[in-house]
Amino acid sequence: MLYLFYLAGAVALISTYMVITRLNIVHALLYMVMSLLAVALIFFLLGAPFIAALEVIIYAGAIMVLFIFVVMMLNLGPQSVVQERQWFNLNTWRGMVILAGILLLELIFAFRLGYIQPQALTEITPHQVAMALFGPYLLGVELASMLLLAGLVGAYHLGRREDELERRA
Amino acid sequence: MLFTLGVVGLIVRRNIFFMLMSIEIMLNAAGLVFVAAGARWGQPDGQVMFLFIVSVAAAEVSVGLALVLRLYQQFRTLNVDAASELQG
Repeated sequence: MLYLFYLAGAVALISTYMVITRLNIVHALLYMVMSLLAVALIFFLLGAPFIAALEVIIYAGAIMVLFIFVVMMLNLGPQSVVQERQWFNLNTWRGMVILAGILLLELIFAFRLGYIQPQALTEITPHQVAMALFGPYLLGVELASMLLLAGLVGAYHLGRREDELERRA
Repeated sequence: MLFTLGVVGLIVRRNIFFMLMSIEIMLNAAGLVFVAAGARWGQPDGQVMFLFIVSVAAAEVSVGLALVLRLYQQFRTLNVDAASELQG
């Protein structure tokens, strides 16, 4: 069980290193997703399956889709079609496939083992998390909701187009 | 380690896009430490903290990406040094 943990950590570190060294934004984003999935597997091995699911859904799902949308809005040119064609050779996605394969094998292996816990760690169920979240941390939940609302309003305000601003003024 | 990589990425890259991703990496590393500590002592508090970190990251990234769009509309580049025209 322990070497599964270290293997997932190694995958996370390698893919994060690839994120900050890539020159192409989309490649970096793909490696970022890989890193997040590896961290999710680490959470799963640490006995936090609820957090692992949240990591995949929110981080790898929602936040990365946000990044990809912005990339899509930024560069739309005729050269992007040529670039797209170049992406389909083996060299660009070989590293990704290797790392993803390692993670998939680890996941299968962990389930085949019957998800044995390490001795020192106890699994924390979603029930416990929810009881703590809506018990002593209720104020924090409210603050988080206010923060998300502020983020929504701020993003809308900043994201308006120039001509729209001029029309209002 | 993950946090260090995030910091290095933030310093090295001048592309604002990569800086945002580095901030994500750092937040993620902090969350990982929280969950690991919570698992070590068997308390659910670490996971609660991770939930807060995720919500903070979501809010931060939405505002940050909106700023990226504004920067690109204004300067036609993603280099943050182009925006340093505010003279103090």
